[in-house]
Amino acid sequence: MSDIKVNAVNKTTIPEQEVVLSLYKSADKIYARSVSGVFDRWRWVMVWATQLFFYGVPWLEWGGRQAMLFDLEAKRFYIFGLVFHPQDLIYLSFLLIVSALSLFLFTAVAGRLWCGFTCPQTVYTEIFMWIENKIEGDRIARMRLDDSKWNLNKVTRKSLKQVAWITFGLWTGVTFVGYFTPIRELVPNMIEWQLGGWETFWICFYGFATYGNAGYMREQVCKYMCPYARFQSAMFDDDTMIVTYDEARGEPRGARSKKVAENANGLGSCIDCSICVQVCPTGIDIRNGLQYECIGCGACIDACDDVMDKMGYAKGLIKYSTQNGMTNRWSRQQMLRRLMRPRVLIYTAILVTLTVGMVVSLYFKPDFRLDVLRDRGVLARFTDEGNIENVYTLKLENDTEIVRDFDLKISGLPALVMHLADGNTQDFKSLQPFEKRNVVLELQLPDGAVRTGSHKILFEMTDQQSKETVKEKSVFIVPSN
Amino acid sequence: MNDFVSGFWPIWISTITLGGIAFCVGLLIFASRVKVTLDSDNTNGHEWDGIKEMNNPLPMWWVGLFIITVIFGLAYLYLFPGLGTYDGKFGWSEVKQYEAEVAKNNEKIAPLYAKYAALSVEEVAKIPEARDIGKRIFLNNCAACHGSDAKGSRGFPNLTDSDWLYGGAPDTIKVTINNGRNGIMPPMAAAIGSEEDVKNVANYVLSLSGSIHDSGRANAGKEKFAVCAACHGAEGKGNQLIGAPNLSDNIWLHGQGEAAIIKRVHEGKNNVMPAWKEKFSQEQIHLLTAYVWGLSNK
Repeated sequence: MSDIKVNAVNKTTIPEQEVVLSLYKSADKIYARSVSGVFDRWRWVMVWATQLFFYGVPWLEWGGRQAMLFDLEAKRFYIFGLVFHPQDLIYLSFLLIVSALSLFLFTAVAGRLWCGFTCPQTVYTEIFMWIENKIEGDRIARMRLDDSKWNLNKVTRKSLKQVAWITFGLWTGVTFVGYFTPIRELVPNMIEWQLGGWETFWICFYGFATYGNAGYMREQVCKYMCPYARFQSAMFDDDTMIVTYDEARGEPRGARSKKVAENANGLGSCIDCSICVQVCPTGIDIRNGLQYECIGCGACIDACDDVMDKMGYAKGLIKYSTQNGMTNRWSRQQMLRRLMRPRVLIYTAILVTLTVGMVVSLYFKPDFRLDVLRDRGVLARFTDEGNIENVYTLKLENDTEIVRDFDLKISGLPALVMHLADGNTQDFKSLQPFEKRNVVLELQLPDGAVRTGSHKILFEMTDQQSKETVKEKSVFIVPSN
Repeated sequence: MNDFVSGFWPIWISTITLGGIAFCVGLLIFASRVKVTLDSDNTNGHEWDGIKEMNNPLPMWWVGLFIITVIFGLAYLYLFPGLGTYDGKFGWSEVKQYEAEVAKNNEKIAPLYAKYAALSVEEVAKIPEARDIGKRIFLNNCAACHGSDAKGSRGFPNLTDSDWLYGGAPDTIKVTINNGRNGIMPPMAAAIGSEEDVKNVANYVLSLSGSIHDSGRANAGKEKFAVCAACHGAEGKGNQLIGAPNLSDNIWLHGQGEAAIIKRVHEGKNNVMPAWKEKFSQEQIHLLTAYVWGLSNK
């Protein structure tokens, strides 16, 4: 492996050394220092927004049922006033495409916004770190605690943290399962130990995933597991907002007393306090430039601004900026002007089109279905009265939670007479909620009324109350004698 | 149960499967210690188009996951079919799973059917829910030939009228559905005589149901009809014991008019209704019988 000599373009003259090493190693634990500032506040806003939604929505009621319920057994998804069936899968595709495009757009404009502020991995890590911080203390205290011998203090703090984490994880699991099993039944059942096997499994599974990912895996998920993190760089360009360190202003870095002026002794503005490294949840040094581990959370910006303030220097040594902005020393306005670039405009256009399309399509989604199946065994037949008869099976489906009556109108041929076949126990009236019904129809036409061949006809099913209409095409066949 | 046609392929597949797992394990062990030349900036001297290869070891938990997948894979291959002809410890197969699911479903709906099985066909036919079940079975299985409205078509009997080839009593219908029927009429032209005789007989047959016919020919054919009477009866009323159709009711299963009758006399007919007792449970056939019987007995 190592014997292959590569003719490197500009071979470095740094002394090489042969080492034997393992391709695997345990990751170092990261003790992120807590931070406060603009971006941190925004993150907490997002934490509250997303988690209020996640934990709150299952408790909402809508017309006597849970407002958002994914009933897998009945194959029906209830989302407030809407009911989705398996055949509405296209809307799920829509939703996923819109979500993906939003992600592309945000990424093109402002880098890993999603990662830093709304990704569940970040949000739950933030919550778990807050718990950890409250119980074990901040960075230094946590390091000391981990290094110390097991004593009463350590046992108490560690077990307290575990209890808090596990409780939170389990509650997340319960909420998750509550989207599939009505949560108002689930929680009492859980308290009485009456849960089904699968429910128990999924609560534990989801709870453990939350606990493991937010408590222990943390940045490892972003670095090694997350597929989005792997390909998001493809959406970056030189005008994408990223967390940048202003090297021209900061270097050469060096420690100094508060009394000296900012750039005395030929030093740059960076005082090399390394707080930006300490607060980083992925453990990188942003001063080395943009790295793939960076999730754009802005913790280092908050930390550095704070330090600059204390030193009495201008903020923005580390800030959100763009590659072009950095190289050309652009102002904010000049950077914002670059928002109007093709990449962003195209993403926006597609996103807007799809979103509007989806909303419109949802608005006009008929809530009952009609399928017309011609009998294929019998194309046409002559009745004893000398009429031509075609047979159709109408499949009706009421997709709502109310009882409904329908009227049927058939157009396309003059003098068509409709008979309900003998085998029908019911016609188009009083369809129960979610009922599917087969109605067999015979259409008759006097012989010789129209030419031989196939004629297009139209079935129109109208809801008596809402006057909504669903149309379905079919054909009437006139045989040659 | 497997579909291998020769002894070679199962061995081939097993070798590739287990060899693949062994290769992964070997790679894991081989890569756990490796000699590299390391520069001080943590690169190893490999460089392509200015992109340098760095030394970034995989995290240990990743290796752990890798090992877990290997164990999972071996456990799976032990428990489930995956190695050639080996059926797995559980003896699982798609067919068995399907049968288990069908059995489970049948168990679920058994009480529903049992409720109706206790009643006679005539009683079941009066219950709308029961008729709906029968109708669904009919639409999915019988409608292909008899039509969705059960009125049949050429060659397929109409089930909604009161004309029955084998009889319309509930038990007879049940026997028909269970065992199927095979209606055979041999070609009779030779027995009747000349082409003229056949034409005359055809006109006599038409006269039985009062259809349009040549009365002179009909009179001439009356005598020759004796050949047909063996099955269709002296008056052409048919015989339900052997499924010989009634020729006097103007219902024509295989076509109307002189030409159609002559064709039938020449060619005969072998008409088959399949047997369904293998496909349905007796409870389902009970409901289906009630639905069919109910079509002509309001």
